[in-house]
Amino acid sequence: MRTVDVSVLTQNISEMCIEANHYLSEDMKTAFTEAQNREQAPLGRQILSQLQENMEIAEKDMIPICQDTGMAVVFLKVGQDVHFVGGNVEDAVNEGVRRGYVDGYLRKSVVRDPIYRENTRDNTPAIIHYSIIPGDRITVTVAPKGFGSENMSRVFMLKPADGIEGVKNAILTAVKDAGPNACPPMVVGVGIGGTFEKCALLAKEALTRPIDKHSEIPYVKELEEEMLEKINRTGIGPGGLGGTTTALAVNINTYATHIAGLPVAVNICCHVNRHAVREI
Amino acid sequence: MDRYVNVPLSEKDAHSLKAGDYVYLTGTIYTARDAAHKRMQETLDRGEELPLKMENNVIYYMGPSPAREGRQIGSAGPTTASRMDKYAPRLLDLGLKGMIGKGKRSKEVADAIVRNGAVYFAAVGGAGALLSKSITSSEVIAYDDLGTEAIRRLTVNNFPVIVVIDAQGNNLYETATKKYCRE
Repeated sequence: MRTVDVSVLTQNISEMCIEANHYLSEDMKTAFTEAQNREQAPLGRQILSQLQENMEIAEKDMIPICQDTGMAVVFLKVGQDVHFVGGNVEDAVNEGVRRGYVDGYLRKSVVRDPIYRENTRDNTPAIIHYSIIPGDRITVTVAPKGFGSENMSRVFMLKPADGIEGVKNAILTAVKDAGPNACPPMVVGVGIGGTFEKCALLAKEALTRPIDKHSEIPYVKELEEEMLEKINRTGIGPGGLGGTTTALAVNINTYATHIAGLPVAVNICCHVNRHAVREI
Repeated sequence: MDRYVNVPLSEKDAHSLKAGDYVYLTGTIYTARDAAHKRMQETLDRGEELPLKMENNVIYYMGPSPAREGRQIGSAGPTTASRMDKYAPRLLDLGLKGMIGKGKRSKEVADAIVRNGAVYFAAVGGAGALLSKSITSSEVIAYDDLGTEAIRRLTVNNFPVIVVIDAQGNNLYETATKKYCRE
């Protein structure tokens, strides 16, 4: 048994909110450089170079990469031998988000009620996904999610007979409908299988995987490669203004499902695919 | 083609801008997004005056992140314009000359752009840190209680945008995407 004070979660999450909104991970930076070299459209190349300059300014001057600093999505993988003390975990996570967003000059983009829409003024509550894992460590992932791309995300409840072709069509449909709205070049997170809510969560988790790492399942890896190529043939391009770089990566996660179903979720993320990960 | 244009936007400049032009805007523009548009609509419904004149003005669909000490504004990139489609035609009919955002517009908005000789510009989505460097002052002029969604008057200096829908109804999203489509 390992005892962890919840204030450790608060401190780390506060720092991670600020970190994720100002610094993109190395895999994303590499993907930008590769895209810049490959892009065929002159305007597309100009936009990609602006996006790289934007990232440099964000780091140097501590200005968030994007003004939509997102709703804070927090994944907590908690070892089953961890015993939390010092308060309630959910409150500690939200306090971390509150401090990160208030002290870090991040935008407060959360409204308390979806219909009455009063801003909570501290970007809480967070969206928290808990899972229990073996051991006594805690893995925290903070993934601020902007809504330009979140709004273009979809769940498709396909039939088993639709098969892999149906899955490919679903992914392409979501990407084409998103078009310029989702700030391409996008990162496309896909969940296949599970139930209605499980496939959406699989898609969200897929976005937190480094984009230079493919699925370990051979057919899924092939599907990721094929769909990236197909998406980049749509012509949407950087900023949706035409070009050969519409997505930087397609990350797909799968799970068991029911004999009657083939759920597919497509969670679109813009090029500001933010996530910070720490093990505590 | 690169163009350097003053804002508010004159009739002549609005008519001469073409879809695909890369434009640097200098002068005064105003921010408004979802909540501010809803309030402006309600204000018009009551027959009252808007907090800013529409004639020849340009609205930037943007809600900034907070400014650090000594700075005018935080990150300041465009938000998705289609959420303002419900409100935009009425403002265009009142004289609004330009909108800056990102993403597709409805047919109703495109028609109102042509009818009023206006322009829809895209700024590069997700480049909020870079775009903030072209904003030299920012002042809340209405709806302060809306926080990031308040209406702000911005002074911009060579603020970079691209003409997506021009006064003749040409749409860059449609033509440019077709050019690179390899399906």
